[in-house]
Amino acid sequence: MTLTVDIRKTLVTRERRFELSVAFTGSCQRIVLFGPSGAGKTLTLQAVAGLLKPDAGAITLGGEPLFDASRGIDVPARERRAGYLFQDYALFPHLNVRQNAGFALRRRWMNPRAREVAREVDYWLDAFDLTSVAGSYPAQLSGGQKQRVALARALVSEPRILLLDEPFAALDAGMRERMRRELSDLLARLDIPMVLITHDEADVAVFGDQVVQLDQGSVQEGERYEGLSARNASR
Amino acid sequence: MQDAWIPLALSLKVAGWATALDIVLGVAAALALARWRSSLRDVVDALLTLPLVMPPTVLGYYLLVLLGRRGPIGAWLDTFGVRLVFTWQGAVIAAMIAAFPLVLKSARSAFESVDPQFEHAARTLGMGEAAVFFRVTLPLAMRGIVAGALLAFARALGEFGATLMIAGNLPGRTQTLSVAVYSAVQAGDDHTANLLVIVTSVVCVVVLLVAGRLVPQHSLLTSR
Repeated sequence: MTLTVDIRKTLVTRERRFELSVAFTGSCQRIVLFGPSGAGKTLTLQAVAGLLKPDAGAITLGGEPLFDASRGIDVPARERRAGYLFQDYALFPHLNVRQNAGFALRRRWMNPRAREVAREVDYWLDAFDLTSVAGSYPAQLSGGQKQRVALARALVSEPRILLLDEPFAALDAGMRERMRRELSDLLARLDIPMVLITHDEADVAVFGDQVVQLDQGSVQEGERYEGLSARNASR
Repeated sequence: MQDAWIPLALSLKVAGWATALDIVLGVAAALALARWRSSLRDVVDALLTLPLVMPPTVLGYYLLVLLGRRGPIGAWLDTFGVRLVFTWQGAVIAAMIAAFPLVLKSARSAFESVDPQFEHAARTLGMGEAAVFFRVTLPLAMRGIVAGALLAFARALGEFGATLMIAGNLPGRTQTLSVAVYSAVQAGDDHTANLLVIVTSVVCVVVLLVAGRLVPQHSLLTSR
């Protein structure tokens, strides 16, 4: 599935002015947006998810426009089917693991009940080894468990694309290594395209089929990762 | 005991209605103020907070002017046969307006302290704005709203000045606990005054104990 992003956005606060102007075409299953913090990676990802409205430009996914300023198209976040993994996971603190994972199953105004059983939820809780903590609340979980719950929650909603915002930044070093491998294996099995953003070169090495380098709000035409991506592609 | 029972029942009825109305209006206004991006926001907030700082008698006078039979709202209501002056419903209006800022203030700060990330997460999971509000925003703000509602209930229960001006002091009809205490003291009826004061104190302690129970358990588990 091809993801095309060509957007501009100006953000002004009292202290500074930030110009985001990002354009890239992603045709690989795994795209990494790489750059230092403050480069505009999260803003770009939020624009793809529909959480940030660009001033101008267009975003298409698999040929379907998600945003197009010139044609007045702005598909709301709830209809984009983009599974977003937040940097600190954003698990709902008032809901237990089972309710968090099953959040997307109900579209009405009520949350699922604490013990409500759903096949999809059980499947992912089992797959991610979370059945034993199904009744726990996010504040009681370890970093790795939180990340798996957040992934389960996104996957239950059957996304067309996964957007991962610094998925390992909140973990300690040993855990980071393990989760990186686990996530890589999982994504290979799921066959869902993903965009991952990171400032960590180790993530680029594992996930970077295609690397888009960002700095100060725009894409850098660096030669730096070409060899690396070629090696990954031939693997 | 009969002397205390009637004003107590009336006080609870008046404060209960006033709080219920305050929750609906206060939460709606708090949400609007928390989301509204305008320079007028602070002005509106100040106007809505006015009942908190104004003397209750001034508040009561305003209400009398507006809701009296010759007042603009009172005259209009009179055409439907509705009269608020010297009725328990008038006392509800007085208590509601006096306690309104307490719900507004705590609900607004509760809404503003909800991390927008949770609402973003709900949207990416396919939720419309109403579902985001009822399933994420409202539950996360619930502690602040409940706290504000209890303060409002306590304030409404103790409302005196505005209530006296608009609803009067009619035993059995508009004489609430706090007004009854005043009447008893004025009449030199120490026995009734003592009884009323003790009943009021007990009710307040019970309200605070219930408050502790009402706060949902899981919010104690969260770090935020």
